Amino acid sequence: MLSTLLFMSSGLFLGWTLGANDAANIFGTAVGTRMIKFKTSAVIITIFVIIGAVISGAGASHTLGTLGKVNQLAGAFVVALSAGLTVLWMTNLGLPVSTSQSIVGAIVGWNIFAGYSTDMRVLTKIIGTWILCPVLSASFSILFFIIISKFLKKCKIHLLTIDRYTRLSLIIVGAFGAYSLGANNIANVMGVFTNTISIPPINIFGLFTLSGTQQLFFLGGLAISVGVYTYSKKVMLTVGKDIFKISPVAALIVVLSHSIVLFLFASEGLKYWLISYGLPSLPLVPVSSSQAVVGAVIGIGLIKGAHNINYRVLGSISIGWVVTPVTSAIISYLTLFFMQNVFMFSVY
Amino acid sequence: MKNILFNKSRDLENKIDIYLDTVNESVLIFKRDINHYIDGKIKIFEEELKEINNIENRADELQNEIKHNLYEYMLIPEARGDVLALLESVDNIVDHVKKVIHQISIEKPYIPDNIKSDCSELVELVTNSVNSLAKCLRAYFNNLTMVNDYVNKVHFYEHEADKVEERIKRKVFNNDEFKEFSKKVHLRYFTEKIAALADESETISELASVAAIKRRI
Repeated sequence: MLSTLLFMSSGLFLGWTLGANDAANIFGTAVGTRMIKFKTSAVIITIFVIIGAVISGAGASHTLGTLGKVNQLAGAFVVALSAGLTVLWMTNLGLPVSTSQSIVGAIVGWNIFAGYSTDMRVLTKIIGTWILCPVLSASFSILFFIIISKFLKKCKIHLLTIDRYTRLSLIIVGAFGAYSLGANNIANVMGVFTNTISIPPINIFGLFTLSGTQQLFFLGGLAISVGVYTYSKKVMLTVGKDIFKISPVAALIVVLSHSIVLFLFASEGLKYWLISYGLPSLPLVPVSSSQAVVGAVIGIGLIKGAHNINYRVLGSISIGWVVTPVTSAIISYLTLFFMQNVFMFSVY
Repeated sequence: MKNILFNKSRDLENKIDIYLDTVNESVLIFKRDINHYIDGKIKIFEEELKEINNIENRADELQNEIKHNLYEYMLIPEARGDVLALLESVDNIVDHVKKVIHQISIEKPYIPDNIKSDCSELVELVTNSVNSLAKCLRAYFNNLTMVNDYVNKVHFYEHEADKVEERIKRKVFNNDEFKEFSKKVHLRYFTEKIAALADESETISELASVAAIKRRI
């Protein structure tokens, strides 16, 4: 039990970084501009991240599983650790980094080390979603921007009434964002452990049963919550005040677009519903929450006239699509080598 | 908590409306009182003097309540600074109105007959500029697209007031009806004081115009 927890620590660490950084994508502007108190946002994130992870986390996690079936606990530990180290290293270098891209690189590193071939079809699908994610998010934000600005112009609503409804909407959309974040990104935190740790299902007061995977996701959700409570306030204030100087209504559009995109890439129910009506569906893949936010902000910039867009940010995101997984794969390969040959753990 | 916040926000919306009504009322009282004075109805002018005091006190109280509520309940954080700056500037107009009426009551400037209609015209233009400013501020809260229309109106009335102000000054200093230079300077002083209200309206309307750009999503 203790050794299992010790091996899972790298995944929990990833969960912590996710809570510390990505929670700011949901409530950063709202907290930074003091529209919502940090305490309120932390409670909402905690509840809904866990619900999202437990209920809808399986879809994106399944896709990661098809990319590489990490079959040893020590191997899973190294994969999550490598992803975490990459995130830490690139953050220190000031480069944009995504946990999703990092974990994919680490899994590919494990595949190479273990001698398994990487399913190129799955990999291409995943990389495609990385590009699609900010593009889709920008499209949604443009659409919502047009609808909301036309609505506000037509309805002549008082500044204070807009303020009231923006606050309420930020809370509701924030909860949806937290749910989507939990559903989409729990795969990054716990996905690699699902094949290596076997936990019997438990029945909660005869109401419902949690499978082993769901229990793992619950634990990952808790790690995210710890990240939110311990570190995200600082990040939220930075995001809210320094980076995105946008109005609360624009912030609402950004969070809504981000949340919808994450939800689209996570919800099995929605996928099957779309398929049942013959509509095109999106693959269930963990995507970058930060890039979804940047995409939405760029969307607003575009609709406002494109003169205030920092094209360097776009360039660094594109570089991140390559640099992050490659770095993570190298770190993963080297760490697996040490784990196997120095610490004598079986990693595959 | 959420309900308290919602009720306070609604309450504040009403207070801002009442505050702008008060500003309108103050300038209407100003117009009425000055016209009484110009028409020589000094007794009525003096009797109604306390009305402007009441209005000014009410405006001060409302402004304090609005300021207090905005900060206590952390409403409209991104626009709070602009809203307070606008309301404080408008309060200066109410103060100015009161001061001019009181000074006229104390100093009783002499207005020759051939200037009386010009003085009335100046008061009318100044009143219109402040009224347009109040509408401009209402538009800032309710209907952003109309802000610039009212800013243009304020500009127009200010420009017209400037012209009338100059006309009055020229007539005063080329007037044979009263010889004393002191009376001429005295009347010029009051003309400038009254016209200054239109200048202040123009400055505040420009602030509102910038604040409106910042409010766009």
